[in-house]
Amino acid sequence: MTAPAAGPPVVELIHISKRFGHVVAVDDLSLEIQSREFFSLLGPSGCGKTTTLRLLAGFETPDNGEIRLLGEPANQKRPYQRGVGMVFQNYALFPHLTVARNVSFGLEQQKIPRPVADDRVRRALQLVRLDPKLFADRLPGQLSGGQRQRVALARALVLQPAILLLDEPLGAIDLQLRKEMQLELKALNQHLGTTFVYVTHDQEEALTMSDRIAVMNHGKVAQLGTPVEIYENPRTTFVARFIGESNLLEGSAHRRQGNNWSVVLPDHGQEIQVPHHSSIHAGALVRVVVRPEWMQLLPPGELAPGLNTVTGSVRETLYAGPAVHVVVELPGSKSVSVAVHREGQLAKPIRWERGDPTLIAWHPQDSRVVTED
Amino acid sequence: MPSLTRRMRTWIPRSPEQRGWALLAPGGVWLLAFFLVPLLIMLAYSLMPRGIYGGVVPGLTFEHYARFFDPVYLTVVQRTFMWSLGCTLFCLLLGYPVAYAIAHAGSRWRNRLLLLVILPLWTSFLVRTFALIFLMRDTGLINTWLMKAGIIDEPLVILYTPVAVMAGLVYGFLPFMILPIYASLERLDRSLLEAAEMLGASPRARFIRVTLPLSLPGIMAGCVLVFIPALGSFLTPDLLGGAKQLMIGNLVQNQFTAARNWPFGAAASFIVMALVLAAVLVYLGTRDRREVALR
Repeated sequence: MTAPAAGPPVVELIHISKRFGHVVAVDDLSLEIQSREFFSLLGPSGCGKTTTLRLLAGFETPDNGEIRLLGEPANQKRPYQRGVGMVFQNYALFPHLTVARNVSFGLEQQKIPRPVADDRVRRALQLVRLDPKLFADRLPGQLSGGQRQRVALARALVLQPAILLLDEPLGAIDLQLRKEMQLELKALNQHLGTTFVYVTHDQEEALTMSDRIAVMNHGKVAQLGTPVEIYENPRTTFVARFIGESNLLEGSAHRRQGNNWSVVLPDHGQEIQVPHHSSIHAGALVRVVVRPEWMQLLPPGELAPGLNTVTGSVRETLYAGPAVHVVVELPGSKSVSVAVHREGQLAKPIRWERGDPTLIAWHPQDSRVVTED
Repeated sequence: MPSLTRRMRTWIPRSPEQRGWALLAPGGVWLLAFFLVPLLIMLAYSLMPRGIYGGVVPGLTFEHYARFFDPVYLTVVQRTFMWSLGCTLFCLLLGYPVAYAIAHAGSRWRNRLLLLVILPLWTSFLVRTFALIFLMRDTGLINTWLMKAGIIDEPLVILYTPVAVMAGLVYGFLPFMILPIYASLERLDRSLLEAAEMLGASPRARFIRVTLPLSLPGIMAGCVLVFIPALGSFLTPDLLGGAKQLMIGNLVQNQFTAARNWPFGAAASFIVMALVLAAVLVYLGTRDRREVALR
């Protein structure tokens, strides 16, 4: 992952709000995106990510706040005056124009002479790995989903925008091709030095591709950070649930020992250690998130010094290829999922069976204290 | 004893192919009896010599078709063609903006406006054409108002002129132009216009390069729906054009009624049909090419 270049941010959203009737789509949102960054807006549908992108594009105007693009105020600028390009959700290719005419559409509006335009169209198609000889004269209806996506990308990139806005561009493409396109988009971002602002609801996609992610919920940024920060250090229960799999344990803070608090889980009275967090005080309700792969399963009664341990019984084992997910029921009907690696192969059958008593163990430092949304 | 439903089930053909034919049969028989058979009778009439009292006598002749190439009738054909074309053009020029406005109206207004477009079709065309006479005659609303407003001193002669016929035709066929164009504009993906805007297209360029070409199927369908019935119209030229502005429809009607020359009327009908067929073939030709483009 390349560090974003230092310098003034290319995108600044300053206290932006947008309402549609009574619905608040974007709620006092502030963001800065650096030059050359691959920046993702991630969230469930209705979280305001698409509206944010449309505000950047200039298809919507904010009710409040200021948008600055490339250091200039952009609230009043028309979409094509903003130095941005856009790849639309359903490609939005002109169905009556050939691939070449689709890509040259923007160049024709700028009255670029034909030979120059033709050359740029050819290079744009090559950039997105479409052979101009094969594809230039085809119509969008004669292309596969992935090829249409490439044309849409070429159409936006041929104008050499400083910022490329992408609205769930891979949503309608099948999994195998999607993985391939993810790598290509990432490579284009690094190769061209264009800033990518990428809207998606697919957390895996966002984690794979982004330099930074803004996880959005209810029109606000729930958490902003690198993929590693977002995944390993979710700040709220919403972020923990939305990104990856997570186990949520709730208990009450008992007492502080140095940098750790001991937290008593209700129902079964087992005690775990969690790192200090500003929201914790004695007697407070503490929410702890532990990722399934940070936990391990031990035979009951085994000693695990320095680790948090909780007893339970195996309810289910789910085979998921690289890992086996063992669902363990804790006393009091709460259950957690533990990802067990290096088991479930032919040589090493799964040890855990339904009803087996077991001990879940994890390092106290891997307990992430989160706040309610 | 098998139940009634079980016995009925044995009537239903088994194979999909048989079932297809079974579904076609009732309508097919209807069309055969009331469309194809009369058409063949007409064809036979148009090829037989005329009898003394209006019927036909046995024999084969092409004289009725040949008679059509008389300049008197060719003028009628030409007039029919030009007026139908003109009517189509006027309907397009008037109808497109209306369809565009309806397609872009808020969802609350859209259905009300569409209702207004089809409202006239709820009353008889004959009644509406008579209403036009009241509007256009010397002592009609238009002339009364214009004279009261002091714009004219003498009533304008509107009724029984080509202007009256054209007005009547355009009025009658306008909804058939508006509706298909509306349908194609309403279907137009708005993100295409946003994409065009993002690529720097002005409102004018967006219309010419995106909206217009993509509404072409609606335009073509509307033109066919107006042009073809216009070719065969006889009521409007009869009532609003008087006896002076004959179209082929009037000619056919006259031959079957007043002139009692059924073979010639039949031949004239077939010539109208040939014109219509030519128009449809042109339409289908352009549509096929377009469908390749839009596939």
